[in-house]
Amino acid sequence: MRTVIIEPVFESWRQSARNLLALRVPPSDVLWCEDAQEPTLFGLENETLPRVAVPNVPSAFLDMARSVASHTDARRWSVLYRVLWRLTHGEERHLLAISTDSDMRQVQLWCKAIGRDIHKMHAFVRFRLVGNDEITGREQFVAWFEPEYRIVRLGAGFFEKRFAGMDWSILTPHECVHWDGSAMHFTPGVPRSAAPDDDALDGLWRTYYRSIFNPARLKVRAMQAEMPKKYWKNLPEASVIAELIAESGGRVEKMLTTESRPAKPAPKNAYLDSLRKMNTLASPSLPSTKGS
Amino acid sequence: MELQQKLEILADAAKYDASCASSGAARKDSRGGKGVGSTGGAGICHSYAPDGRCISLLKVLLTNACLYDCHYCINRRSSNVQRARFTPDEVVQLTLDFYKRNYIEGLFLSSGIIRSADYTMELVIDVARKLREEHHFRGYIHLKTIPEASPSLIELAGRYADRISINIELPTQEGLTKLAPEKNLARTQDAMGHIRNKIDERHADNRKPGAPKPLPFATGQSTQMIVGADDSSDAVILRRADVLYGNYHLRRVYYSGFSPIPEPSLLLPIKAPPLVREHRLYQADWLLRFYGFSVDEITTDAVPNLDLHLDPKLAWALRNRAVFPADVNKASRESLLRVPGLGVRNVNRILSARRYTRLRLADLLRLRVPMKKVMPFIITADHNPARLGLDDEALRARFLPPPRQAELDFDTPTAAASDIDSVRTGEM
Ligand code: SF4
Repeated sequence: MRTVIIEPVFESWRQSARNLLALRVPPSDVLWCEDAQEPTLFGLENETLPRVAVPNVPSAFLDMARSVASHTDARRWSVLYRVLWRLTHGEERHLLAISTDSDMRQVQLWCKAIGRDIHKMHAFVRFRLVGNDEITGREQFVAWFEPEYRIVRLGAGFFEKRFAGMDWSILTPHECVHWDGSAMHFTPGVPRSAAPDDDALDGLWRTYYRSIFNPARLKVRAMQAEMPKKYWKNLPEASVIAELIAESGGRVEKMLTTESRPAKPAPKNAYLDSLRKMNTLASPSLPSTKGS
Repeated sequence: MELQQKLEILADAAKYDASCASSGAARKDSRGGKGVGSTGGAGICHSYAPDGRCISLLKVLLTNACLYDCHYCINRRSSNVQRARFTPDEVVQLTLDFYKRNYIEGLFLSSGIIRSADYTMELVIDVARKLREEHHFRGYIHLKTIPEASPSLIELAGRYADRISINIELPTQEGLTKLAPEKNLARTQDAMGHIRNKIDERHADNRKPGAPKPLPFATGQSTQMIVGADDSSDAVILRRADVLYGNYHLRRVYYSGFSPIPEPSLLLPIKAPPLVREHRLYQADWLLRFYGFSVDEITTDAVPNLDLHLDPKLAWALRNRAVFPADVNKASRESLLRVPGLGVRNVNRILSARRYTRLRLADLLRLRVPMKKVMPFIITADHNPARLGLDDEALRARFLPPPRQAELDFDTPTAAASDIDSVRTGEM
């Protein structure tokens, strides 16, 4: 058994995995450890075993591995290496097609969790206007977000494409990303206090959120399935959720007890007259459906 | 009137439109441009309201004043609701402000009909034009169009929008005549036909080489049908949807369970249909579009309404036990899609995996297939449903909720209206 210490990032795992593969070290002989400070390719440099050429692996696997690397499950490095081994030395070239395999399934579930986290970042980041650049005049926005995994790099491209016309920073506890109109820069994580708390538009946004809610269809569980509570503290609209839920019963009650209104006569209007004329003319032919 | 009050009134007026999709637009983004915005791929739900619905677009009316008198609608001329009207610039500014804060994917603009269809359309188009041309906005724009508007205006709307839609509202002319006297089914379908031709033109790849590129146009159209405001059966609703998908190539038909409104009309039922009816219609809709079912398989002449207790695929399977069990290791894709509990994605995974391995129950469990549901209908390397020995009665009982919980269970199928997740994947 040999212990391999890597930095918990994809590139570090990839380098070690390539070496191990070239030395034909089977997955059962490797213990993967994470250490951001002192990654060492323990014993691999002066290895005396004969090396073999590292076979090519499908690019789909590398994409998956890159995504899984951002997960926090400590088992991911060894499972990834086992899949890699099976794809190459294990002669299971079509392993990626077998979603029912336990290793593959595990990798897919990790990918899914990462994908979901990235998706939630795209959905729930809220930019706050902090000013304008003195020279370029571009608007500057700052957002605070707390992803579950280390996905800032995986998720940042979306913001570059969408918000190219403004300057922005997304701050998170692990890593921050900044856009100045020409390139993205990444810097270390910061505490919550580094980001602004609110924005002048938050009030209007809450007004919209209140108005678009239909109290006659209360489905709190459905909301929480897609917008779990852990995100609420950074969403300006979440502060009114409790009160919307509390009021909904009374609002529906009021609708149901309001007296129905009779129809008012049509006002004099040339357009309505023309509609009425059209309606009395023979209807154009309809592709018919069977009657009820 | 203050902007905030207008927003309050005009978003409230728009909330009965279920459609909020922001997917399926052509790929575009703001890099190298002067503004903000990107589209393409699946849309994003930026928030969820406590009604479980996705909030993806700023969905507002330009004005809630309206000449028409559609009885299910809070904005009809007979309603005493407070009226308001945005200026085009106000909507433009709100859209940009919300978009830059990442609250929304774009704008869904609709309007009550004032003065005439053309006059109203021009106001709506003006907002879209300003966003696109003056502010270089590349986010999502969905415009509601009016069937009676001039074809040239509908075309112009399509030039600026990613999606345009006309609401069919009710599945029959009789229903419209009674509840929406100004609306006409044939005119609506004619306008949809016109839009379909424009969309087809844009996407035709058989253009002669050297011919000028067609002008940009929206990539899709959708519509909404209100459920439970008239007495149309599910069969009638689904047949209408089928015509709309087949003849007019709609991207989506939204089903909106009629819900009580603050200004009720005398002509409407007091009691709203159970929310689960809307959910069953969405499930049936998926069966039509992605699972190879026809309307006559999902509803029958004898039973024109969907079973509220069972999803429509399961209900069909119980009526057609003779075609089961399906052997997971051998059955065709078409047969597997008909197995209750197998969604499109898992069918694809099964087809891919079984080329290399013989599938067992444990494999399906790993795919998180609902075992209780599929087991009576499938054969695997280690399972044959014959050993469950279920007769028709016992099988049906297996899937019905215990009697006392039936009412409560009605609010569990919740994802129906939020088309982004479960309805998009259609796993059922
Ligand atoms: S046309 Fe009918 S549905 Fe549309 S706003 Fe007017 S009354 Fe409401």
